[in-house]
Amino acid sequence: MISPSIVNLIYLLSAILFIVGLKGLAHPKSAVKGNILGAVGMFLAVIVTLVDKQIISYDLIIIGILAGSVIGTVFALTIKMTAMPQMVGLFNGLGGGASLLVAGAVLLEAALLQSGHSLQFTIATALSGLIGAVTLTGSFIAFGKLQGIITEKPVRYKGEQLVKILLLLGAIFLSVLIVLNPYETIYYWILTGIAGLLGIFLVLAIGGADMPIVIALLNSYSGLAAAATGFVLGNSVLIIAGSLVGASGIILTKIMCKAMNRSLANVLFGGVGAIIEQADASDIYEGKVTSTSAEEVAMLLESARYVAIVPGYGMAVAHAQGMVRALSEDLEKKGVEVVFGIHPVAGRMPGHMNVLLAEENVPYDKLLELDIINPRFKDMDVVIVLGANDVVNPVAREENNPISGMPILNVDQAKTVIMIKRSLSPGFAGIANPLFAADNTLMFFGDGRAKMEELVKAYKEV
Amino acid sequence: MDNFAVLLTIFVLAIFVGFEVITKVSPILHTPLMSGSNAISGITLIGAILSAGSQKTTLTMILGLAAVIFATINVVGGFVVTHRMLRKFRRKEE
Repeated sequence: MISPSIVNLIYLLSAILFIVGLKGLAHPKSAVKGNILGAVGMFLAVIVTLVDKQIISYDLIIIGILAGSVIGTVFALTIKMTAMPQMVGLFNGLGGGASLLVAGAVLLEAALLQSGHSLQFTIATALSGLIGAVTLTGSFIAFGKLQGIITEKPVRYKGEQLVKILLLLGAIFLSVLIVLNPYETIYYWILTGIAGLLGIFLVLAIGGADMPIVIALLNSYSGLAAAATGFVLGNSVLIIAGSLVGASGIILTKIMCKAMNRSLANVLFGGVGAIIEQADASDIYEGKVTSTSAEEVAMLLESARYVAIVPGYGMAVAHAQGMVRALSEDLEKKGVEVVFGIHPVAGRMPGHMNVLLAEENVPYDKLLELDIINPRFKDMDVVIVLGANDVVNPVAREENNPISGMPILNVDQAKTVIMIKRSLSPGFAGIANPLFAADNTLMFFGDGRAKMEELVKAYKEV
Repeated sequence: MDNFAVLLTIFVLAIFVGFEVITKVSPILHTPLMSGSNAISGITLIGAILSAGSQKTTLTMILGLAAVIFATINVVGGFVVTHRMLRKFRRKEE
């Protein structure tokens, strides 16, 4: 059994590894190393905790670590890349749940021993329970939505904001009770119950297309819950690691909000601000929509030199990424330059499209972000938009509509735009897209995967 | 400085370090950054181990055990899935 100062020094080493690891994770070349450094940091922290003299019995710990490792590894190795958003959500929830349980156990122990409570201890415990429970249930609802068990549509009802506000006030009230009566541990469990309900109602009200923001925010919360637990235990490595994750989650949340031109409050509480009625969709589309066939698109591609593919959530739903890769390879074989335009909020989690295309071995230097690809659309012969809608809707450049000011991919500037879509139905924002009726747009109606398959076949035959 | 002030100092400084380290994140890596940082948030495993091993009462040990399982899934699953994802990210002609 080793001295506390050695334990703390090893914790410091772990903290440094987490910082260097996160820094590595932010850049493509160093990302694999960054992740491994993070894992090494965690391994060191766990080992040194195990040899710490506070541990009396190892049985449960070994059972727990073995069970958790097996479950975690099996999940991580067998999950399909297409199911990655819900996987991240699930792991996130478990982290929040663990923080909640630890703070609860420590509070129980303290109550049992009737040991002196500092204000810091009780406040941190209440925060751990509050944030941990919101993270746990919020992430599970997000998982349910992404897995298709719970409706993807925002669940809206009368008095919705009131319900959330009352739950939040209830949670704060219980937190105060915990601080005043730390030995009454029942308050803690009531608090986690109320906070759990709050997490459920918060995420239920959020629609599928806003999921990238929610997932990033919950990621931040799981870090903050761990940091709060660090205050409960007086443990520096929990505080450092937790606040690093909290900060990185907030940065991602901000990036996602910016990509939608919305405030976080607007996403969480929704429907704020008046929306002016848009012209009837049939007036916009009537007589102006041109539909096309695989043969026609193949001929267009045959004479093209510069092509972009813009994927959206529809590509993930249709599992069309393999066909997208096939087409891009065929195009390149004939000397056509192919790039991919990736909107930051395309899909259901930050970076969703990048993961799907990487899984298909599309090199990441072909995946261009908004600022890079936008000036290039005017030089492009053909842009294929696959299962994306709101992120290419030119209405975003106008005033007074739900997506006003949202940065979009300027695909309408290309010579020809091919929209692969099932129908003219609106995207998540619920508004018509004048791009469908534009002179340079051809609608290629049908299932994303089936249409891409036809296109690959037709292109081989031209 | 008393203990709380020390911990609060660590917390505030770590938040600033987090912001500085991650401000310029490549959009390609948004998902791996999230799942990797998610694994790091499983650091609460340390607290779970201390609870599960303290043998104070059966209830705290059971809570500790559940926390160890949850946190380990978070940590191990998170790092493994991030590694699996990152191996797929490659440049042209590599």
